[in-house]
Amino acid sequence: MTHRDPESDSAAEASPVLAPGHTYGTVTDKISALVLVRPYNWRWFLGLGVGFALTMMLLLAITVLLVHGVGIWGVDVPVMWGFAIVNFVWWIGIGHAGTLISAILLLLKQDWRTSINRFAEAMTLFAVACAGLFPLLHLGRPWVFYWLLPYPNTMALWPQWRSPLIWDVFAVSTYATVSLLFWYVGLIPDLATLRDRAKNRWAGYIYGFLAMGWRGSARHWHRYRTAYLLLAGLATPLVVSVHSVVSLDFTVAILPGWHSTIFPPYFVAGAIFSGFAMVVTIAVPLRAAYGLHDFITTRHLENMAKVMLATGLIVAYGYLMEAFTAWYSHDPYERFVQLANRPFGPYAHTYWMMLTCNVFIPQLLWFRSVRTSALGLWVLAFFVNIGMWLERYVIVITSLHRDFLPSSWAMYHGTVWDYATYYGTLGLFLSLMFLFIRFLPVISISEMRELVHETEQDQERRAEQLSTEGTVS
Amino acid sequence: MPQIFHPSANTLSRLTLFGMAVGPLGLLIVSYLLIRSPYQTGVRVIREQPVPFSHEHHVGGLGIDCRYCHTSVETSSFAGLPPTHTCMTCHSQIWSTSPMLEPVRTSLAMKQPIVWTRIHNLPDFVYFNHAIHIQKGIGCVSCHGRVDKMPITWKEEPLTMEWCLECHRHPERHLREKREVFNMEWAPPVPEQLEIGRHLIEREHIEVDRLTNCSVCHR
Repeated sequence: MTHRDPESDSAAEASPVLAPGHTYGTVTDKISALVLVRPYNWRWFLGLGVGFALTMMLLLAITVLLVHGVGIWGVDVPVMWGFAIVNFVWWIGIGHAGTLISAILLLLKQDWRTSINRFAEAMTLFAVACAGLFPLLHLGRPWVFYWLLPYPNTMALWPQWRSPLIWDVFAVSTYATVSLLFWYVGLIPDLATLRDRAKNRWAGYIYGFLAMGWRGSARHWHRYRTAYLLLAGLATPLVVSVHSVVSLDFTVAILPGWHSTIFPPYFVAGAIFSGFAMVVTIAVPLRAAYGLHDFITTRHLENMAKVMLATGLIVAYGYLMEAFTAWYSHDPYERFVQLANRPFGPYAHTYWMMLTCNVFIPQLLWFRSVRTSALGLWVLAFFVNIGMWLERYVIVITSLHRDFLPSSWAMYHGTVWDYATYYGTLGLFLSLMFLFIRFLPVISISEMRELVHETEQDQERRAEQLSTEGTVS
Repeated sequence: MPQIFHPSANTLSRLTLFGMAVGPLGLLIVSYLLIRSPYQTGVRVIREQPVPFSHEHHVGGLGIDCRYCHTSVETSSFAGLPPTHTCMTCHSQIWSTSPMLEPVRTSLAMKQPIVWTRIHNLPDFVYFNHAIHIQKGIGCVSCHGRVDKMPITWKEEPLTMEWCLECHRHPERHLREKREVFNMEWAPPVPEQLEIGRHLIEREHIEVDRLTNCSVCHR
């Protein structure tokens, strides 16, 4: 057995992607029961209730904003980009893990993506929905948002193509569309399963309507596979492009601390970093609450932890290079922002908190015991979520609040409405997530069946191999 | 496993998919047409006025110059609406008992100006100046149409930003000699207009590039 790497082999055997003993039937029963059989319980209502209450707060904050204008936020000269842009970048970044898991890992044939891709994709959609709110509200007159689109209008005006903000419109709307299609196409076979298993007549109608006549014929599967792979191919460049475009919002401006070529890759790495942190944040309580330990195994947690470690190191490299470039450039403004104002200025505490959450704490992921401990990983992911928010805060605020004209220097603080809008979107995200968990299969049933099939084949092949090797030796 | 849908659901679902594709498109087309229609722009829509004043009669029939009533058009942003006294220069003598002119006489007696219904109303965020247009050779007709043929005044052009910009981008298509500005009959000669226009741009020092700066109209 010298041709096989013993270490990877033992790791795979120690924690498989699917607990042994599962058949097509048990997988289908277990996942569909989460939606169809399980009764409502107070914990679900509590979770949805908290989310719903916060969503109501979001609606209140938006209403007040529409009545009084963006003056209710903390933005003022010179800091004209505040919470809205910080939150936008944070949310849109979180979405990236879903697309990476569903598209790139699918094309790379990573079987461990199967049990986490569905809720990661849902997370992407909900995160993009929350993200999209912020630039729209930040417009000042959100009701004329369609001016951002190139359409034949009576003003004879076209959007400003040289502005990255208009690239954002296309990047984010493409991203939202492709993510939605990918998620929905993936859901169709599962919706048909739910339709066939639903005891309630209306549930059958609704799932049947959404399943769009899926019968599971060979032709259906053939077309489904083609469409799914095509969408994965479409979504793959989006993993890189969307956050690159978002980073260009900053780099195209000539502000010190923003005008840097490292931004696109460093933003993409940060997006995947924060996205995986959010997937872990959702996965750990999800599998605990619904007993999904068979499907979301230690192997999944460990793999996600490894992705977080890798992308976290790229982010740390980004921070290092920002500081190095500033020092090496001898540009006094760049040096001031990167080497004086950020680490030692009035927002120094934010900067050091960011480094603690994003660089220092994630180093614990080098330890296998941390990577395989659900609770430990969850706490760590929480720090990363906070750290990545702080990163965007540092980028947006510290570059703006000390601009080229010292007479206009000022401090920025979010107002109560800034916080209400931010926590409101967290509530919206939470509500959508709870509704999703209740009404749609959180794990792809059809792909799990496929996994059962592949695992069986794999085991058979292994057994065969072992027996032949045994006879030879 | 029993079928939960009737076979007619097939047709229904096809219709739904078709509607989802065509519906929004149709809505876009309807709104596109609607914002350009007189319903939105008010082009050639007749509004009721306190006195049915006829430009056709006064300008076309009697040959009164525009500036006789709109006195400040050459020097001010606002062309000026005539005070009741201007009407009374003639109507104290002729048609002085006409019931149609009763509001004019009341206005004079009460010293209250006639409240006309405004036809050309630009939004407050648009800075428009009549004087510069007159001085550089844009004829009244170019924007207001053949006023001398309007029995009651209407808006001839939509006054949308698109319409403004069409001329600000290509003023050579509309410029005329200053002596023809108030001439209702003069129409740009078809093949030579561009030549005349380019010549006038040069002579009048019109900087076409700057005409489309935002701050030219939005100050």
